[in-house]
Amino acid sequence: MKKLIFFLFLLPFSVFAELRIDITQGNTDPIPLAFLEFNTSNDKAKEISLKIKKVISNNLQRSGLFSLLPKKLFFDTTIPFEEKPIFSDWKITTAQGLVHGKLILSRDRLNIEFRLWDVLSQNQMVAQKLTTEKNNWRRIAHVISDIIYQRITGESGYFDSRIVYISESGPKSNRKKRLAIIDQDGANHKFLTDGTYLALTPRFSPAAQEIAYLSYNRRIPRIFLLDLNTGNQKVLGDFPGMTFSPRYSPDGNKLVMSLARNGNTDIYEMNLKSLKIKRLTFYDGIDTAPSYSPDGDFITFESDRSGSQKIYVMNLKTKKVQRISFGKGKYATPVWSPRGDLIAFTKLLNGEFYIGVMYTDGKGERVVYKSYLVEGPTWAPNGRVLAFYSQYKIKKNKISKPKIKIIDVTGNNLREIITPSDASDPAWSGLLP
Amino acid sequence: MNKNYLALLSGLFLLASCETTSLGGDSAPTGSYAAPGSSTADLQSYLQKEIGDRVYFETNKHNINASSAFKLEAQANWLKSTPGFTIILEGHCDERGTREYNLALGERRSNSVKEFLVSLGVDAGRIQTISYGKERPAADGSTSESWAENRRSVTVVGSE
Repeated sequence: MKKLIFFLFLLPFSVFAELRIDITQGNTDPIPLAFLEFNTSNDKAKEISLKIKKVISNNLQRSGLFSLLPKKLFFDTTIPFEEKPIFSDWKITTAQGLVHGKLILSRDRLNIEFRLWDVLSQNQMVAQKLTTEKNNWRRIAHVISDIIYQRITGESGYFDSRIVYISESGPKSNRKKRLAIIDQDGANHKFLTDGTYLALTPRFSPAAQEIAYLSYNRRIPRIFLLDLNTGNQKVLGDFPGMTFSPRYSPDGNKLVMSLARNGNTDIYEMNLKSLKIKRLTFYDGIDTAPSYSPDGDFITFESDRSGSQKIYVMNLKTKKVQRISFGKGKYATPVWSPRGDLIAFTKLLNGEFYIGVMYTDGKGERVVYKSYLVEGPTWAPNGRVLAFYSQYKIKKNKISKPKIKIIDVTGNNLREIITPSDASDPAWSGLLP
Repeated sequence: MNKNYLALLSGLFLLASCETTSLGGDSAPTGSYAAPGSSTADLQSYLQKEIGDRVYFETNKHNINASSAFKLEAQANWLKSTPGFTIILEGHCDERGTREYNLALGERRSNSVKEFLVSLGVDAGRIQTISYGKERPAADGSTSESWAENRRSVTVVGSE
C-alpha cells in the first residue's frame, strides 16, 4: 500500500461555518460546489489535476450530498491559489463552496495544496498540503474528498477506502466465483483469485492489508488469509471441519469465525498471534455470521436457537448472550457499525429480503432496502453508508444478476458499483492508513 | 415405484452373494453391477441410474423423511456389499436463504445423511461430507419446484 504523507495547517480565519449539511436528516438538497482552475506547474501537472478533480467531483456527487457546478461559467475561474476568490462573482452562481488547488509535479513526487472556501461567509474552511508519489494521485483525490466531506457535514468521510467482493460469472449451476478488489468509486479493479475454486464471503483486516475468505481449494472448505501486498495466502488453523464466515477484531489480533462439524455450527475465536482458539457458542444448532463491536468487547451474531434465525449480542468478557431481534421473520448477517451505534442485518419475511438497521439493543428497527434477493450488508468507514448485493425479479422465473449496491443508512441515494461482471459478498475496508 | 425398489433390493442381495461379476436373474437391475475394479464413473453411473444418488429436504429442514430413508437404505446396502471406495455426501440448499446459514444448513443435511447411513451399518470412515450451501443449485430456475430440487444431499462416489 502506497503511503501518503500530509501536513495539516489551518489559517487563522473565523471558525464558524455557514456551510453545513446534517446528513442524518434524510433527503437534503445537494450543496452546490465549484472547482476553480487549479494552479499547475506544467502540462503534466495540469493533466493530473484534471484527473484528481474528476475523482473528487465523482465522489462528492455520488454521496448525494453535493452537486458540482459545470465548468462553463461566464467569468474567469483562474486565480492564483494564494488569493481570495471574488465572492461577489460567485454569489451569482448557486455555488456555496469553492475548491481551489495548486499542484506541483517534481520528478515522481506530487505536491498538492488545496483550499475550501465558504462563499456565503467568505471564509476559508480548510487548507491542507499533501504529498505522495505521482502514481498515487487517486488516493490524494480520495483524501481531499474526505476532508471536504468532513468539513461540511461534520462526519468523517469514506472515500479513501476499498471494497473486496466476489466476482461471479457463468451458469447458476456452475458459477465461477473469484475474489476481487476495487476502490469504493469503482476504479482500480483487480482479481485476486482465478476462479478455479469457489471463493466466498471475503473480509478486510482492519489495516486493509489482508483478506480473510472462504475457499474451496481443499477437501474441506476453509478460511484462508490472503496478504494483499505479497499475494501469498495461508490456511487459517487446522480445524476438524468446515470453517467459514470470518471477521477480524477491531485491533486486528483476533478472528472470529464459524466451525461446522457433525451437523452443528458454532462460533470460535482465534488469536492470530498465539493461534489459541476459544469456543464461544455451545448451542446445538447453527450459530454463525459473527461481527465485533468497534470497541472489541462484544460480538453480534445470528443463531437459530429460538427455532429460526435471530440476532444476538454476546458480551465477550461475561459470555452473556442476549437476543436483540424480536420482529417477525428471519434475521441474519448482523454487522456492527464502525460508529458503534447501529447493527445492520439481512431480514427474510414472506418471501422478500430486506436490509435493515437497528440500535444495538434491538430497538428502532428500520428497513433500508428491499428486493427479491438482497443480503450481506457491510458498513462504509463512517457508518453512514451501506453496501450489499441484490437481485430483483424481472418476471416470473427470471431474476436479475447480482450486483453491488450502496445506499445511505437513511435509505436514500441508492447507487450501483460498476463491476466487470456480476458481483456479490461485498466487504468495505476502513479508511486506508 | 415401491415394487421396483423391492425388486432392486432383492436383486442386490442376490448379487451380493455372488463372487463373479455376471449379472444374474431377471429381477436384477439393468446396467453393470458395481463389482470391485469398476471405475468411479461406472460406480457413479450405477448409483445414479439404479439406486438414486440424492435425497431431498423440506425448507429449513435436515431430517430424513420416509422416501429419503427408503432410498438411503438402498444406498447403504449397495455400499456395504461393494467395498473399495469412499463416498462424499454433498449438502445443498435453495437460494431463499442467506449465504452463511445455508453453508451451515448444507452441512447439517449431509451430516444427517451420514448418520443415517452409519446407523445402517456403513463404515463411517468411508464417508466424507461437504456443504455447498446455495452455491451449486441443480435447477437454475426460481420457482418452488426448482428450490425443492435444490434442497438436497447428493451421494458422490470418491476414490479409494
